[in-house]
Amino acid sequence: MAEFLMPQLGADMSVGKLLGWRKKVGDRVQRGDIIADVETDKADIEVEVFATGTIEKILVQPGEKVPVGTALAIISEEGPSPGAGPVPPSPSPEHAAPTIPSPAPLIPTAPAPPAGGPRVHISPVARKLAADLGINPARLSGTGPGGRITLEDVQHAAQARTAEAAPEEKIDRAARMRQAIATAMARSKREIPHYYLSTEIDMSRSLDWLTGENLKRSVEDRLVYGVLLLKAVALALRKVPELNALWIEGKATPRPDVHLGVAISLRDGGLVAPALHHADRRSLDELMRDFRDVVQRARAGSLRSSELSDPTITVTSLGEQGVETVFGVIYPPQVALVGFGKIAERPWSSEGQIVSRPVITATLSADHRVSDGHRGGLFLVAVNQLLQKPEEL
Amino acid sequence: MSATATSERPPVDREHWLFLLREMLRIRRFEEKAAEMYSLGKIHGFLHLYIGEEATGVGAMQAFAPGDAIVATYREHGQALVRGIPARVLMAEMFGKATGCSRGHGGSMHFFDASRRFYGGYAIVGGGLPIAVGLALADKMQNRSNLTACYFGDGAVAEGEFHESLNLAALWKLPVVFLCENNLYAMGTALEHHQAQTNISAKAGAYGLPSNAVDGMDVLAVEAAAKQAAESVRTGNGPFLLELRTYRFRAHSMSDPDLYRPKGEIEEWRKRDPIALFEARLQQLGLLSPADLAKLEADVGAEIDDAVRFAEESPWEPADKLLDNVYGPAKP
Amino acid sequence: MTKLTYREAVRAALRKALRDDPRVFLMGEDVGGYGGAFAVSHGLLKEFGPERIRDTPLSESAFVGAGIGAALGGMRPIVEIMTVNFSLLAMDQIVNNAAALRHMSGGQFNVPMVVRVATGGGRQMAAQHSHSLEVWYAHIPGIKVLTPATVPDAYGMLLAALQESDPVFIFEHATLYPLEGELDEAAAEQMDISRAAVVRPGSDVTLITYGGTLGKTIQAADQLREMGIQAEVLDLRTLRPLDARTILTSVAKTHRAVIVDEAWRSGSFAAEISARIMEDAFDSLDAPVARVCSAEVPMPYAKHLEAAALPQTDEIVRAAQEMVPHHG
Repeated sequence: MAEFLMPQLGADMSVGKLLGWRKKVGDRVQRGDIIADVETDKADIEVEVFATGTIEKILVQPGEKVPVGTALAIISEEGPSPGAGPVPPSPSPEHAAPTIPSPAPLIPTAPAPPAGGPRVHISPVARKLAADLGINPARLSGTGPGGRITLEDVQHAAQARTAEAAPEEKIDRAARMRQAIATAMARSKREIPHYYLSTEIDMSRSLDWLTGENLKRSVEDRLVYGVLLLKAVALALRKVPELNALWIEGKATPRPDVHLGVAISLRDGGLVAPALHHADRRSLDELMRDFRDVVQRARAGSLRSSELSDPTITVTSLGEQGVETVFGVIYPPQVALVGFGKIAERPWSSEGQIVSRPVITATLSADHRVSDGHRGGLFLVAVNQLLQKPEEL
Repeated sequence: MSATATSERPPVDREHWLFLLREMLRIRRFEEKAAEMYSLGKIHGFLHLYIGEEATGVGAMQAFAPGDAIVATYREHGQALVRGIPARVLMAEMFGKATGCSRGHGGSMHFFDASRRFYGGYAIVGGGLPIAVGLALADKMQNRSNLTACYFGDGAVAEGEFHESLNLAALWKLPVVFLCENNLYAMGTALEHHQAQTNISAKAGAYGLPSNAVDGMDVLAVEAAAKQAAESVRTGNGPFLLELRTYRFRAHSMSDPDLYRPKGEIEEWRKRDPIALFEARLQQLGLLSPADLAKLEADVGAEIDDAVRFAEESPWEPADKLLDNVYGPAKP
Repeated sequence: MTKLTYREAVRAALRKALRDDPRVFLMGEDVGGYGGAFAVSHGLLKEFGPERIRDTPLSESAFVGAGIGAALGGMRPIVEIMTVNFSLLAMDQIVNNAAALRHMSGGQFNVPMVVRVATGGGRQMAAQHSHSLEVWYAHIPGIKVLTPATVPDAYGMLLAALQESDPVFIFEHATLYPLEGELDEAAAEQMDISRAAVVRPGSDVTLITYGGTLGKTIQAADQLREMGIQAEVLDLRTLRPLDARTILTSVAKTHRAVIVDEAWRSGSFAAEISARIMEDAFDSLDAPVARVCSAEVPMPYAKHLEAAALPQTDEIVRAAQEMVPHHG
């Protein structure tokens, strides 16, 4: 017994309409005979039979529309025809649910903001930061295009809130920093046998050169004299390299690179000394840019931790505060500190005459375990010499 | 060369002739079974049957050696079978199974077999011709004596790739046998409705390559003409265009209502059924008894039943292998 | 280190490949006697002969298809297509055959073919020789798409492409051929083509580009720096497979992105990058992603009109300025 089925007649066929039978019950049919006509969406198609035998029963009448695979007639078979038997159903591949792994996000993303509430015009990253800080963005006014609240707007709001709402925290931060300075300085004075040297340096050549140089420059590209001091210190360290070292595990380790720590006092009290990397190899312009950058970021509180741990020596200048001479405390594990006071007009002996010159006092605080006064003196001499040839800095 | 140069009959070779008959029967029964499996919803997509064209597939393939490359079309079941790809592997491919010759990624139109240098079924009409040119170029540049057999239909003759490829192969004297299986219809458009020059073999003249046309319903004539073409190519004369004039008895594909051909035309061609003709000739010569034929049919039937069983029982390719064969490793 | 042009770098890579591997050959229109439409293969015919430096008829479909066949047959063809506009004549072979063969053969066959295509505008070549259609190829799984923008990449990417087992398309922006640069051959021969390059580090905005617009984008970054905006410049280098990680990492840092793409905006590769950023870095964004693309017009001939159609440095600067706070 074989079923004559509504055939699949094309990739897009799911149902077919039986148009008519070419055979009736009792007729003999042979494999390959056309026995019915079927209408699909595309065309009318003659349908062949794959069994040989007699039509025993007709199950679907002309005009009926049935799904592919529906039995249209029953045929009683004469003997086995090769391969004409029904084929057992095989599991449909649709059941083998495809499990294509969706790629994991390449960078973590925050959950979407909760729905509801008035729509706030805010950038995604600003929204995320506001949510993290518990700031209600609806209260902020945006400065971005079209009034969009930007990341910076949220950051400002967070700073303002810190200033207004959390003075204790501010005090805490200042107190913590004070505590850290206290620890480091106490250790320094406890462990490091300091010696101190000072010398006066005629700054007239440097300042004259600077004035001429700045005349050639636009306002934003102008140099300040402090940069000449920094470069001179960095270059002088090449001549007395033992001052550019770190005291680690009971001995001095000279550092191949000169990273000047520049002491910057913060507005809320406190002090940091981030590194100007490779100061000896930077041009004055580069050093100026680096210097501006770290000052700005130190005051914005956005220094990287490595910048605070990288310095190989510290330079502190208290001239702006009116100080004449600085006797600094070394910041361990460094082994030296260079200080500058203010530039002041002083009487100066030059070629047998007393003249008035702008003079600055440079000091060296150094670790006696690592160097001695002779070498320290050579260093200050070198600084002085370098500042007399500012064009070569 | 002249068309249908088949007057000289080759000497009787019973064993080989029975082999040719068997190969044609394998194709016929395989295709009939494929149609049945399609109507049962076991095979999906497009299914283009080769019924009526068996003599071209079987006859021509006798001219090609295992080292030669084969490039075929989306109506490639016949060439694949004769080339030696097992019927069960082909049936499994059409069922979409992992044991198929293309792991179920190709289907009816894209049979491939690297071990038999069967470079595939190409389903963009004319698309296989440039590839055949390149395969022949690779053989020539590496001093291999192989040739490339490139099958295509009469519809492909209208494509630019036919003309570009014939020109390039002739220009570079590459070892390609271009085999046009002219079944008179490009899908539903008759040859005289798509070609100004209906003598396809004559087009070779434009590119200066030798050509021939042969009765594609006569397996011995096809075999002889193909061997002649292959011989010409192997002796270094450059490519050859062989037109095999044939006819498909079935519609273009399973969804084709076949409205564009007069029924009488099909009936006329059926009288020249290549299998029936060859059986009759063998019987006339006393080379084929009814018992021989029954045995042949039984053997072929068993092979096809086995193919269906194998396809049915074979596993699906796991869906997590979906992307496995888009790119390969670098530095092969 | 050698100083040479982009054109010479491609030629040097071709010469090295031809010397090192007897399977390698070059074919295309006028690559032999003429020396290549852009003079890239100048002199190679004399050195390697007509068997390996093959002039082809003007039959893009046939010679690209022949490249596929030759690759299947064990050769390492390098196919040159004179311009991306001409490559459309071979798109059937590229998309239907080259890209699909490995998959549709169930992994049995692969096509280790390299196709070099000149692309892009800026040379007053008008509406049939100037377009940037790389995105159409980058759309196709199964092929790889490289867009060398520098002299080292022009050299190294071709050699790296020949190490791949899949078809690789190399788009050479035609305005780059005279570009001079330093080449360290040994380093370029080891290059990783799977990664985008951070050409300029920066913190305020990411400028993402590839191919012919890299120079303009770097110029824009320089101008932005003078305004106090630190722009990070990414050269995508490879469009498919795309190094999304480098893009997302940068955007996570800068919160802003401008994509510079010489193709038309609609359906461009810039659109793809923009969508990836939206999908995977949405919560990092401080401004909508901006795109600087070509005007939606077939390329005009007159110099001033062509310049108006192509992305220019000032547009890149403006787009970046508008999204960085206090610089809009």
